[in-house]
Amino acid sequence: MTKIPASGNASPVLKQLIFQQIGFSVVTALAILTVLPIIAVLVYIIYLGAPAISWEFLTAMPQNGMRSGGIWPAIVGTFYLTLGTAIFSVPLGVASAIYLSEYAPENRLTRLIRLAIINLAGVPSVVYGLFGLGLFVIFLNFGTSILSASLTLSIMTLPVIISTTEEALRAVPQSFRVVSVSLGATKWQTIRRIVLPQSTAGILTGVVLGLERAAGETAPILFTGAAFFLPRLPNSPLDATMALPYHLFVISTQVPGMPIQIQYGTVLVLVAFVVLMNIIATILRSRARARRSW
Amino acid sequence: MTDKIIVENFSLTYSDGTESLFDVDIHIPGNKITALIGPAGGGKSTFLRIFNRLNDLADVREVRGNVLIDDVDILDPELDVIALRRKIGIVFSRPLPLPLTIYQNVSYGLEIAGERNKNKLNAGVEHALQMAELWEEVKGRLFDSAYSLSGGQQQRLCLARTLALEPEIILLDEPTSALDPVATAKIESSLSELKNQYTIIIAPHNTQQAGRIADYVAFFLQGRMIEFSSVENIFTRPVDERTQDYISGKFG
Amino acid sequence: MAAKSQKITGALITKGIQFSGFSSILFVLLIMFFLFYQGIPALFDVPLGDLFSQRWYPIESLYGIVPLILGSLIVTLGASLIAVPFGVITAIYIAEIAPRWLAEIMKPLVELLAGLPSVVLGFLGILIVSPFLRDVLNLPTGLTAFTGSLLLGGIAIPTIVSISEDALKNVPVSYRQGSYALGVTQWQTIWSVTVPAARRGILTAIMLGLGRTIGETMTVMMVTGNAPVMPASFMALFMPIRTMTATIASEMGEVAGGSPHYHVLFFIGLILFLFTLAVNIVVSRISTQQLKRSERILS
Repeated sequence: MTKIPASGNASPVLKQLIFQQIGFSVVTALAILTVLPIIAVLVYIIYLGAPAISWEFLTAMPQNGMRSGGIWPAIVGTFYLTLGTAIFSVPLGVASAIYLSEYAPENRLTRLIRLAIINLAGVPSVVYGLFGLGLFVIFLNFGTSILSASLTLSIMTLPVIISTTEEALRAVPQSFRVVSVSLGATKWQTIRRIVLPQSTAGILTGVVLGLERAAGETAPILFTGAAFFLPRLPNSPLDATMALPYHLFVISTQVPGMPIQIQYGTVLVLVAFVVLMNIIATILRSRARARRSW
Repeated sequence: MTDKIIVENFSLTYSDGTESLFDVDIHIPGNKITALIGPAGGGKSTFLRIFNRLNDLADVREVRGNVLIDDVDILDPELDVIALRRKIGIVFSRPLPLPLTIYQNVSYGLEIAGERNKNKLNAGVEHALQMAELWEEVKGRLFDSAYSLSGGQQQRLCLARTLALEPEIILLDEPTSALDPVATAKIESSLSELKNQYTIIIAPHNTQQAGRIADYVAFFLQGRMIEFSSVENIFTRPVDERTQDYISGKFG
Repeated sequence: MAAKSQKITGALITKGIQFSGFSSILFVLLIMFFLFYQGIPALFDVPLGDLFSQRWYPIESLYGIVPLILGSLIVTLGASLIAVPFGVITAIYIAEIAPRWLAEIMKPLVELLAGLPSVVLGFLGILIVSPFLRDVLNLPTGLTAFTGSLLLGGIAIPTIVSISEDALKNVPVSYRQGSYALGVTQWQTIWSVTVPAARRGILTAIMLGLGRTIGETMTVMMVTGNAPVMPASFMALFMPIRTMTATIASEMGEVAGGSPHYHVLFFIGLILFLFTLAVNIVVSRISTQQLKRSERILS
């Protein structure tokens, strides 16, 4: 690992190496101190949350002011919101990335688009909530609903999907495009038959990571679609819905006398979901690399 | 002799100023092999890519002059470029199979052109692979990845891919530069067979290759076409001193 | 026939793709429009002097946003004191020092942290961090700005680590080899060659990490005690505060649409938006990566 210069006086070199050894130890210690809590948190949540998990907990309605029963409506709600987000953000995000990677000329407008994407990525989640309230809930009159919340989350997710998809598209060698065009393919045929199939795994990685983030968000849905408590499942996109992260917020801060078991159980479900999405993304990514024959 | 391609006063400049062409005039005969020789960076690749308008994909700042193929102005912005590219195939310097199966690589152009009939596709693929002298080697594994082939086989696959479209003109940009002598010989023998049906323009891997296969030779130097003549004339009685110097190996 | 319909489909798809490409600009403009549209009336509803006063007490129509701005700043500052050193050091460790297998374990863990919903961090803050801090530091309550800083540090770290690591990885190997060839140790090379060469990337990482911190909502709302008071001194770090984000999140649900309170909350959102906009413009100035698509290949 270390390159030791062959020449030179031994003692300064030795001193340098001792110095380096100390430096490495300190850096290693700090890095481990950064990462270790993540493991500790995971273990802790699994340890305390696992006893709460049962079939009933996952599939029953909350009862007794959410102090007993299950979290089914929150799970379903998060599923609907994630699905709704995917419906809007995936086509738009992928198309946008195709534009940037395959069509956009190098000009001012393109730079402006890139700046806009960076900005969308940086807008605070609660500001997305305000925007969703202003545009979808009030102006377009969708009300506090799954639709409004999904649209809000979609716009928030867009930059993640755009940037990962663009990266995946750019990873496809330019030569394939030239060959395809030279054989009489149009730009779109080239994209559909060569570029997209070659970047599917990379695009899916981005989609999964984007949706993972959307599913875990609370602030953007606070005033656009989240319900404190619903005695039934939502039955249309214009209904408000419970959602896992908001439910966790509610039961950990808003409901007095909440059994700690239920709180830990809810956290575990949420964290398990995130871990699962991360594993899927990791598998997709390694597949994307393995598939490449070029 | 009929002139298949007429290039008049053609100039092209890239945005970054590299490998441009200046005032090129050339009449390329049909059903012959024309070789473009000259030092690297002299504009041969750019010149080849004019005919199927592949330069459209690059950063071209300016194009002037006329390029006629069968008396049709191919620089016309209204021209159907897709149809042009089906008529004019190209083989690149590196073997560049598409990330598909062997079969799909050859059928790609046909399918893109709208051919849906399975029997016609099969026949087209087989015929093209036979013309590229690859059929016997791959007929048992048409549905393997094109990357399972050797470099020489890949390059013949690229030739077959082009032939499948039954083009009129085939452009070859140093097609054997990545190949060993045996694979090179196979490609060269294919080309000599093909010239009866096709007009072939090749930027050969080296001057000797031009001598082996070409009927006509054009010498390019720093973006200018210096001399165009039959292969005998260029190699035995070049008119221009620079051609003489290049042929005799004084620079390269 | 078929070719013609194919052509039309192709053209339609191309148009759709172009429109999608421009959509990001549209969304940024829409966000700006609604924030201005609902936020600017605050300047007419509330006298400017009151708006920038030191009392936030909406029930009595006191809308001084200064304590909220200071609350956000103090939490972000605290978070940066934690996230910058730990994040950068971890990135250096992963990129330069760690054996490959360990780096391959650490990277997904850091990514996992990035994916953890902020409510989960807030929850852990309430149940673990805040009681711990209260007992150890002997505070009246563990729900303080510092608790928020600690957890927000955790939120900023993944951003800082991954972008810094990329920047370090992008430093050409030849730089390092040149340094080793001169007899410089790996340790000195890291600090005198690699890190300076990657400084733009690291700076970008820090700014984006802190941009995330100032916009973070749920965690701070849950653990900083929700007290919109003026931070009086340095000790305010160990007292409850209230950030801009938490104020919007906790009060927007209860206000009447169109009321002064409603407009002021949008106004706060506007300030947050403009702040992150500024950060991002600076960031994109720092890291102007020129990606050239149309490079001529195949020559």
